[in-house]
Amino acid sequence: MPQAAEIKRRIEEAIPGAHAQVEDYTGTGDHFRARVTAPAFAGLNRIAQHRMIYEIFGAEIGGPIHALSLQTEAPEPERQQGAL
Amino acid sequence: MTEHDTSNPIRDAIAEAIEGNEVILFMKGTPEAPACGFSARTVGALQALGQPFAAVDILPDPRIRQELSALSNWPTIPQLFVRGELVGGCDIVTEMHATGELADLLGVDDDGAGEEQPAAETVEAPPLSIENRLS
Repeated sequence: MPQAAEIKRRIEEAIPGAHAQVEDYTGTGDHFRARVTAPAFAGLNRIAQHRMIYEIFGAEIGGPIHALSLQTEAPEPERQQGAL
Repeated sequence: MTEHDTSNPIRDAIAEAIEGNEVILFMKGTPEAPACGFSARTVGALQALGQPFAAVDILPDPRIRQELSALSNWPTIPQLFVRGELVGGCDIVTEMHATGELADLLGVDDDGAGEEQPAAETVEAPPLSIENRLS
């Protein structure tokens, strides 16, 4: 059963410079909420940002990880340099 | 997505439904009886804007979800499509509703009054059950 700390570690290892806060909001090890900032998100829309995270977990999403609620953004300096 | 595989009628039906409905939500359950909190919140955002939308319940046949996710490259349900493009699931739709981006995308007023939208056509595409909804 995945733990919030493991999900945080995997996100931060997979996306360079990422910072993730992960919460197991049901306490049952299968519903998680993650807030992730990463320089790599700059210039990407939300769909693309979320896909980067979903791809880390592959078939685990919808499997052992029933839900992974995401909030993503680029850190402030990257946002200012981005397309917006 | 560019190849038309006639041996996959479910995927074809999903693609046609996405093409044929300006606003379409693939969800668990129905707008009246959502079977999942994430689907319920997404329906709520659309209804708060007075946005008519087509809805497909993915629960009756597990192949609907498989084919939808393969087509959209998105693993979770619900999935909202506007004018053929994946907008996102519950998190993105909820966030876009809060920022006003959803109203902009849909071309409706954010106060819930909503401009009169032409009702989307119902697509007859078994085995999908597609319903068109007004709030």
